[in-house]
This record gives sequence, structure tokens and C-alpha cells, in this order.
Amino acid sequence: MAINWFKYSAPTTFYPLAGKLIPWFAISSLILFAVGLYIGFVVAPADAQQGEFYRIIFIHVPSSIISMFLYLIMAAYAALGLIFNTRLSSMMASAIAPTGALFAFISLWTGALWGKPMWGAWWVWDARLTSELILLFLYLGFIALHASIDDPRRADRAAALLAIVGSVNVPIIYFSVKWWNTLHQGSTIKYSGTSMHIAMQQAMFTMLAACWLYAIAIALTRVRSIILERERNSKWITELAEVKS
Amino acid sequence: MKKLSLISLFVLVMRRDLVLAMRRRADVLTTLIFFVMVVSLFPLGVGPEMDMLRKMAPGVLWVAALLSSMLSLGRLFSADYLDGTLEQMLLAPQSLSVLVLGKMVSHWMVSGLPLVLLTPVLGLQFDMSAPAIGVLMLGLLLGTPILSMVGAIGAALTLGLRGGGVLLSLLVLPLCIPVLIFGTGAVQAVSSGLNVSAHLSLMGALLVLALAFTPWVTAQALRISME
Repeated sequence: MAINWFKYSAPTTFYPLAGKLIPWFAISSLILFAVGLYIGFVVAPADAQQGEFYRIIFIHVPSSIISMFLYLIMAAYAALGLIFNTRLSSMMASAIAPTGALFAFISLWTGALWGKPMWGAWWVWDARLTSELILLFLYLGFIALHASIDDPRRADRAAALLAIVGSVNVPIIYFSVKWWNTLHQGSTIKYSGTSMHIAMQQAMFTMLAACWLYAIAIALTRVRSIILERERNSKWITELAEVKS
Repeated sequence: MKKLSLISLFVLVMRRDLVLAMRRRADVLTTLIFFVMVVSLFPLGVGPEMDMLRKMAPGVLWVAALLSSMLSLGRLFSADYLDGTLEQMLLAPQSLSVLVLGKMVSHWMVSGLPLVLLTPVLGLQFDMSAPAIGVLMLGLLLGTPILSMVGAIGAALTLGLRGGGVLLSLLVLPLCIPVLIFGTGAVQAVSSGLNVSAHLSLMGALLVLALAFTPWVTAQALRISME
């Protein structure tokens, strides 16, 4: 039997599928958050140099990683929507954008909270902080452009082009800012082993997984709302149980 | 009808836009006056100590150049959009990318080149040394075309939108950060006696990249906005 890979690329079939998947992602995210926070705050030992302050990295690092990956995923969806003219891809792109912006903001905020006791300043013009800030601006630009165009087709396509241009620019911005100034500590986790305590690693990866699941659950919830809004005039929407009642 | 070659198309569009700009000289001059005014406001804001001003000068001039190019970008396509010329340009059998490149170059000659020429005077206000002014001018000469070209993408995307001007800055300014960094970096390098070629080479590389890709991307953006 041939599998139809494109079955779920139509809003009609994706809407109920997303509805079924959301509880799984949401519940497993909640469980992992609980486990990750427990390991991070109770099991993991205090850091030799940074004391208790370092514990904010269990939020800070996952949200930074996810904010960057989400931009690429958003741009990829936007590109799919632009090239193949698939409605759902564009809807996914605009569903991901607010979550990405949120994670970028959380990353900046927790970074500031960590910076005050460590560097003695809420904000320093360090390369990674600055590129994260620019990433937040790119997200906001995408959202603002999408919001200010009334025609949803044009909004999707214009925002998609902006996201693609932005993703080409991200490495250029990152390296230019990096050469400009660097104060942030280097990555502790490298491919060739790590200097981290095992419980810290467990907490970090659990929190990373929890944040991913959260991002997926929220993006699916948002895309369902977008589908309802965009397709409100089509027949299958009016036949949905939640719309009828 | 005679078929236009790409070069003659490019020259034609560029000349047309330059003539239009010369007919509306006030528009061009306001942008320049804005540039001079923003630069002159900084000493009033931070105080007249020459040491500090000399250090700040490249950053101030570059940020002012960024802002004034944002101001003039709104005009890049809007007049043609309003009177329907842009629609005809999209329908034309010739390459839209080349046409857009012509508009970009003429925009730069009207809004970027005068800034480069004004820089020595403003640099003297900030007590910059002659080599620093030279490098600043060279950086602006390489960098302002990038601003016009990257900005054209934003101008095409925000064509005909309400609040287009502010939105345009929101979209384009983050993308222009590398230009700002390399431009000011070069001046700081020459002031501290280092080699400037690295910064300027990177800026040149960005210019080549922009030259290769932005006309095509802008053409796509125009098609999206006009469909």
C-alpha cells in the first residue's frame, strides 16, 4: 500500500490530527518540566565557582537553543509555503513566530538575571547577548509585517520572504557581532566530552526536551486557531463539533 | 519595438529615476539636512568634550547614515506604485531584477553618495584625524549601497501598507547591523593604528553578496506585493 505523505498537509486532515496530538505533547512536557526542575534545583550540586546562581541555566540555555532553532524551522516552513504554495506551511510559520519570540525574550531575561550576580551588570554588550537581541528583533519584524498586511495570502508570502532573507543574514550577523565583542563564557557542552556534572547534564537535557515539547504543543494549538480563523467560511469547519455547539 | 539590452535597460531606468529625483530636489535635500541635523544633535546631547566626540564620531555618523537612508527608502517605489508605473514595469518583458538594480543604484546616487561627500565636513566637527575621515568615507562608500539594496527589499515588502515607514525601519535595521559594525570597526582600527583591510574587505564582500542577491529578492518581493 502506498502511503500518502501529503495526507496531513491539508488543513482539513491536519486540524483533527493536531487536536489529538496536543494533549500528548502538553502532558509529557509538564512531566519533563517537573522532573527537570526537580533534578536542577534539588539533585544537582552547587557549582564550584558560581554557587547557586548557575541554576538559571536550566531555563536560560534551553530557551536560547530553542529560540534559534525555531527561527530556522519557521523560515523553512515559510519557504515551503512560498515555493509549493501550501497553505498549512505558511500557517505553521506564523504559528511558530510568537513562541520563538517568547523564548528569545525569556533567554534575554534570564541572561540578565544571571549577569547581574556574575558580571555585575544587568546587560553587557556581549556578542551572544547582542545576537539574541537581534534575533528577537527579527521575530518581531516577522510578526509586525504579517500583522500589518490585511490579505492573508500576501501576508504569508511577504513574511516568508522576510524570514528567508533573515535566515540568510543570521550567520552574517552572528559572526559580525562575535568579532565585534566577546565576553560570554564559551560552550561547556562540546562534542568531545564535557566538564559538566552528570546531574547538571541530566537536568539540562530534560529541560531542553520539556521546552521542545512545550513549543510543539503551543505551536499546534496556535495553528489550530489560525486554521479555524482562515477557513471559517468552508463547510468542514461549520460541521465541527466544537464549532456547532 | 526595439529589444532593449540589459545594460541599456539598466541605464534607462537609472537615468529616469535620477531625472525624477532632480525634478523633486526638496526630497533629496531634506534627507541630507536630516543627516546633518542628527549628527549635530549628538554633541549637544553628550557634551562638547573633544576626546569623547572623536571616539563617538564614526558610530554617530554611521547611525545617522542608517537612519537617513531609512527615511528615503519609502520613496524608492511608492511614487511609481501610486501612479501605476510600477505595474507596467512588472509587466515589461525585460528582467525585473535589472530594472530594480537600476532603481537601487539611482537611489544610492541620490541618497547615499551625498552623505559620503558630506562626511569630511561633519568629521571635522568631531575633530577626526584625516586618515580616520578617509577610512570612514571609504567605509561609507562601500556600505551605503548595501543599505540601499537591503532596504529596497523592505521597501518592496511594505509597499502600500499603512505605517509603512516605521515598519520598514523595523524590518531593515536589524539586517543592516553587520554593515554598521564593519564600518565603525574600520575607523576604530585606523585610529588605534591597526590594519583596516580586514574590515573593508568584509564590507566589500557584503557589497558583492548584496549586489548578487538583493535585486532578485526585491523583484520577488515586488511581485508578492503587487499581485
